[in-house]
Amino acid sequence: MARDSVSRTLLVATVLCVVCSVLVASAAVGLRTRQEANKLEDQRKNVLLAADLFDEEKNQPEEVNDIFHERIERVLIDLETGEPATSGAVDPETYDQRKASRNPKLSAPVEPPNGLGGIKRREKYAFVYEAKDQSGRIDQLVLPIYGKGLWSTLYGFIAVDSDGNTVRGITFYEHGETPGLGGEVDNPHWKALWNGKKLFDESGQIEIDVIKGVVSEGTENAQYKIDGLSGATITSNGVEQLVRYWVGPDAFGPFLEKLR
Amino acid sequence: MAEQKNKDVLIKPIFDNNPIALQVLGICSALAVTSKLETSVVMSISVVAVVACSNAAVSLIRHVIPSSIRIIVQMTIISSLVIVVDQFLKAYAFEISKQLSVFVGLIITNCIVMGRAEAFAMKNPPLVSFLDGIGNGLGYSFILISVGFVRELFGSGKLFGYSVLPLVNEGGWYVPNGLLLLPPSAFFLIGFLIWAIRVWKPEQIEHEG
Repeated sequence: MARDSVSRTLLVATVLCVVCSVLVASAAVGLRTRQEANKLEDQRKNVLLAADLFDEEKNQPEEVNDIFHERIERVLIDLETGEPATSGAVDPETYDQRKASRNPKLSAPVEPPNGLGGIKRREKYAFVYEAKDQSGRIDQLVLPIYGKGLWSTLYGFIAVDSDGNTVRGITFYEHGETPGLGGEVDNPHWKALWNGKKLFDESGQIEIDVIKGVVSEGTENAQYKIDGLSGATITSNGVEQLVRYWVGPDAFGPFLEKLR
Repeated sequence: MAEQKNKDVLIKPIFDNNPIALQVLGICSALAVTSKLETSVVMSISVVAVVACSNAAVSLIRHVIPSSIRIIVQMTIISSLVIVVDQFLKAYAFEISKQLSVFVGLIITNCIVMGRAEAFAMKNPPLVSFLDGIGNGLGYSFILISVGFVRELFGSGKLFGYSVLPLVNEGGWYVPNGLLLLPPSAFFLIGFLIWAIRVWKPEQIEHEG
């Protein structure tokens, strides 16, 4: 069989594909448990980061799980009523929020339909992470949020004070925005701008707003406004939209209203 | 003789025939991941591993590969290795793999890997090809780590995340150079490196005409 004959070419291509796919598949399967443990720990760390309970400069990575168990209580909320989910509905231990948003039984259409970018359905039940202060009183609530940016879906958390209105922190743990532009949602200086901003005005209208440009002292209603990311208008708009959706009446609104 | 050749393919690419400084390949990732030393080092190790292994693998089957599909065969081998490296980073260096994000995957399109497979491994036995891969990987690493060193030290006053030059906004005296944290600064630094290497080794200067 000549080296360049058609049958030889097909044979080499087939063997190569089989060998390479076995290699790739075994690496992916063999390392999956470790990768998932990393992801879970990363998610917990981001809950703590949003709640400002973890400082990457001061704390060791090993402390994540300890601090999480000590300070955070996870509650599953029925988004429609804002009440904790009734015990029969879903099992919080096995509930996978990300998967539920794709499960027709566990998800509901996004209202209004363009409220969350291109995302059409969202899960019915969502976890709320209650962060307690030293005395055990609920100090702030960390809410999972997600929505479309320019290239990707951004997944993150927003920490809201127990008054149900003041933002205490925001963080995104998974996104694929352009490094240096939209990727600046990870920038600690930008994230710090959210601290202390108000979500709603006195009448309960959502006011939080990511503006184009910089919020200065003279800006009207500066308590509701956050600097846009320069060079990343679509990511900035996406972040604004997803925050407004998730704290709004169709998502965590009923839950937050009970706190106010 | 053979010993000499092995040594040459390993050492030469670092200064005499550096893939970035002389051949100007692999610039994209050199700009993207060098704002910190840690990511530069991890990226360097990944590239060394991928170039060395892909060179060895391509060389092993070089007599079998039909020439009509040789580029695709090389790509498949390289991509598989890159995915394996990416999976390992996700499992054992999660934080860094998040920072490197797409750039680990983009090793696939790094011209150095492809270039060495096509130009060297297709014509040489596995061991020499493996060494050639390590040599070229080290040449790439040398530039990446030099650039990462300067960018992290003068851009954020740190080395490997530890404060070296205390920053003004943290109560120190050093005003960081923000440009160095942006990708274009790597262009300047690579330019300076190429200049320095060519002053030291004038035979690398290209002659016009």
